[in-house]
Amino acid sequence: MNALTLIAAEEEQNPLVPPIPELVIGLIAFGIVFFFLWKKLLPNINTVLEQRREAIEGGIEQANDAKLEAQQTLDQYKAQLAEARHEAARMRSEAEQRGADLIAEMRAEGQRQREEIIAAGHAQIEADRKQAAQALRQDVGKLATELAGKLVGESLEDHARQSRTIDRFLDELEANAETTAGSTGAAR
Amino acid sequence: MQKELAVSADQTLAFETDCHIFDGCGFPAPGLHSFVFKPMFEVGGFEFNKAMLLALLGSVAIVAFFWAAFAKPKVVPGKLQMVGEAGYDFIRRGVVYETLGKKEGEKYVPLVVSLFFFVWIMNLWSVIPLAQFPVTSIIAFPAGLAAIVYVLWVSLTFKRHGFVGAFKNFTGYDKSLGPVLPLAMTIEFFSNLLVRPFTHAVRLFANMFAGHLLIVMFTIAAWYLLNGVGIAYAGVSFLMAVVMTGFELFIQAVQAYVFVLLTCTYIQGALAEHH
Repeated sequence: MNALTLIAAEEEQNPLVPPIPELVIGLIAFGIVFFFLWKKLLPNINTVLEQRREAIEGGIEQANDAKLEAQQTLDQYKAQLAEARHEAARMRSEAEQRGADLIAEMRAEGQRQREEIIAAGHAQIEADRKQAAQALRQDVGKLATELAGKLVGESLEDHARQSRTIDRFLDELEANAETTAGSTGAAR
Repeated sequence: MQKELAVSADQTLAFETDCHIFDGCGFPAPGLHSFVFKPMFEVGGFEFNKAMLLALLGSVAIVAFFWAAFAKPKVVPGKLQMVGEAGYDFIRRGVVYETLGKKEGEKYVPLVVSLFFFVWIMNLWSVIPLAQFPVTSIIAFPAGLAAIVYVLWVSLTFKRHGFVGAFKNFTGYDKSLGPVLPLAMTIEFFSNLLVRPFTHAVRLFANMFAGHLLIVMFTIAAWYLLNGVGIAYAGVSFLMAVVMTGFELFIQAVQAYVFVLLTCTYIQGALAEHH
């Protein structure tokens, strides 16, 4: 037998019966661990775990907020764009309408002016014709009277003389008509 | 024998070192004496031995580790904190929340976490060089822990259900059993109140006790056989000692896990509504 077995033999006991000193030390040892973990270390780490959870959740929340805001802005822009398109279409159709109105108006005005001018032309022509006819009538009367006077005054000597007189008259008449035509042309 | 005594007087080894096969000395088989240590010192009749030293050292080691990991915790953890958190979370989520639920279980997290790491480290001493002794293979250590758990769940049962309710809870009172009810109640009463704390402590103790015995046995054999033709067998023995050490590492963790899982189950039973 060696020393160890001697010691063992001295203290030989049922291994299922707890020796009191070991029991006490065991409880103290566990108490130390439990005390530190319970009072200080686990609350410490719990706080941090909670903070981390909040940080992660906060981050997710922020991202969600940003996404929501972006979506809202996008919707807003889309709405504005649609409105602008609508406005443009409206303005274009309005402009088209106005252009068409303007053209129709101008066409009507042109027609009206044309008719006015034509009417004025007709009136002028009529007036000129009347004036010419009147002038002609006066001239023809006067000429006829003059010719008759001359015919009577010259006493119709001979045929040749007579012929000369008629020719001269006709020449005069012609010249007279030319000057009258020139003057009426200028008047026109 | 005189010489052996002289050599081993101040030894803390588990066996004699100069005894080999064919030397005419018998196999120094390990036994109950392998779990008894000479006191290191004595204070007023209180004998301080190796198991106590390891228990206190283990406590200090656990507190030191968690202090280093959790004393100044950061939201973005360092390596040590991450390891600590993993261990903490494993017990909190994997054991406590699983059995008791988050709401009921939160209160018991510190106890269960402490129990797990305490038991595990006490077991782990078995394979730590120089220590090489599982503290939990001394029945006093598991018995103390089992007693704490026992007191906790029994008092919780009384608190939750009142005296009659607690009695029904302990005895598994169920009217539908009819004539067997008295028998069932007797069995349940013994099973719950008397056998349960005993098995809770002994399960851990016996596992560590047997594991240590196996390792010591193969280690002694490897040394003892180291003579002549025995050398071949010594190799096998040594290999077995290594394999058993690896196996023990696994068993140590499993037993610690089982110990806290049972703790939670008992608490759950105490909190549960009786039917």
